[in-house]
Amino acid sequence: MAKPVAVALLALAALGFAIALAASIGEMTIPLEIIVKTVGNRLFGTTFPLNRIQEGVVWDYRLSRALVAACCGGALAVSGVILQALLRNPLAEPYVLGISAGASTGAVLVMIAGIGGGALSLSGGAFLGAVAAIALVGLLAMGSGGGSDRVLLAGVAGSQLFNAMTSYIVTTSANAEQARGVLFWLLGNLGGVRWPDVGLAAPVALGGFVVAMLHARALDAFAFGADAAASLGVPVRRVRLVLFALTAAMTAAMVGIVGSIGFVGLVIPHAARFLVGQGHARLLPAALMIGAVFLVLADILSRILVAQQVLPVGVVTALFGAPAFAVILYRARRPL
Amino acid sequence: MTADVTLATHEVRWGVGGVLMVDGVTLAAEPGRILGLIGPNGSGKSSLLRLMARLRKVSSGVVTLGDANIDALPRRAFARRVALVEQQATTEAALTVQDVVRLGRTPHRGPLSAWTGADAAAVDTALEQVGLADRRERLWHSLSGGERQRAHIARALAQCPSELLLDEPTNHLDIRHQLEILALIRRLPVTSVVALHDLNLAALFCDRLAVLHQGKLARVGTPDEVLTEELIETVFGVQASVERSPRHGRLQVHYLMG
Repeated sequence: MAKPVAVALLALAALGFAIALAASIGEMTIPLEIIVKTVGNRLFGTTFPLNRIQEGVVWDYRLSRALVAACCGGALAVSGVILQALLRNPLAEPYVLGISAGASTGAVLVMIAGIGGGALSLSGGAFLGAVAAIALVGLLAMGSGGGSDRVLLAGVAGSQLFNAMTSYIVTTSANAEQARGVLFWLLGNLGGVRWPDVGLAAPVALGGFVVAMLHARALDAFAFGADAAASLGVPVRRVRLVLFALTAAMTAAMVGIVGSIGFVGLVIPHAARFLVGQGHARLLPAALMIGAVFLVLADILSRILVAQQVLPVGVVTALFGAPAFAVILYRARRPL
Repeated sequence: MTADVTLATHEVRWGVGGVLMVDGVTLAAEPGRILGLIGPNGSGKSSLLRLMARLRKVSSGVVTLGDANIDALPRRAFARRVALVEQQATTEAALTVQDVVRLGRTPHRGPLSAWTGADAAAVDTALEQVGLADRRERLWHSLSGGERQRAHIARALAQCPSELLLDEPTNHLDIRHQLEILALIRRLPVTSVVALHDLNLAALFCDRLAVLHQGKLARVGTPDEVLTEELIETVFGVQASVERSPRHGRLQVHYLMG
């Protein structure tokens, strides 16, 4: 039992270090020591004398941003693990399957077109959009004869449709200012993130992870397909319903905060499998932690890659993710 | 293994898209014996097995295990009694033989319970029974067709079932592996229901045969009672002569050229 605990502590330490780095690096570099002292002053009642501006930048901007990046990376990676297992497709993930696109459409409908008349929050709209995308892609995949390849094709169709709807809404209903903001957000942007966003992202990511862990055995049983899982006593319909809703909720919450960030859900599960193997009881926590660290590091890169400019983090993940997609596709080729 | 519990269908009907695939079949497996399901393509063999495995819900009629309607049994309890070996089920995940067989313990474990000695023992026994104990670390995609089928059977055995359902377990295997798999099934101390295509193999290995024709049960009985020239002609549409083999005393079907 000592080994899993040690591994978990090590992973948490790595995440903590990545977050501290993210709080330190930026237009104004702030020494790690100041980061530690700021956290001490804010959370543990220490009274280190600190520069007010530095403390403010670290606490109000960078730490909240890094924490949301971590939650977002973790949640997307866990979603990717779930979708790859349920659909038995190594390329499945929220972005590729159009779930992120659906969530964006839902969010934009609330934000710009004012659907729901204020009763529906942005995340709520994103969730409904994500559910609509899953339903559409699922129906399309089943209607075209099922099979794991059809799901990807249906995902392509779904993404295109929802992206077109988003563009339509933005171009017809938004003013120039809004349009610029929305387009930047759509690419995946951690710029406007503050503490209240952590209050949404953290419970969704951790809660989603716990629910996924409770289904780890069921996900293992899907290795040979839904009928095989059913014959092992897995309540296939309920598991699918719960886990698809869970991925929709996790994706929607993250899209609502930071826009659609692609490829994290695709690449991280494969990296995690490489490290801990196929069993979901180990794969899910590994994906959560690696995804969290990955997106925090990607966010740091997005801020230092181009001087004086911050890239949308979605651009950075795509720069890594698209080649990884190609590699996974190549390795998944069928033996003759 | 419980000898008195057995799987039976009563006037079972099931269809898909308005086409009746299984049409009023009443059939019972005999405890500890092998029941072979034979019939041409589309005669309803696989559908009937899926109904017995509770993968599909009957449109009318009931499937029973012992005295109980299988729909009334808890899912996991059912999976501890009845195991299914599907036709050609495969995976792209990098699983070892052992990982696959371990899946068979799923219905015996709660979502949070740890892997126990009993689980490990069931997996070891299952691997021994199918002769894969020395290949437990091998990766799934490196296995031959026959080894994969044996791994599936081991996975089913790790469920510790009293009833084993097999859907054309010899499909796509060469003749040596076909004989090997059927001999293995004969050795197992369970009640088996096996869908088969090859009439000679069915005659050789099954205790009883049920012939399905257009979703209906055409005949059921011992191979001697069932495999007649007249039945083969009406059900399969081919001319054949049936003789008793002087070597093994079982019936043998010779197909006659048009």
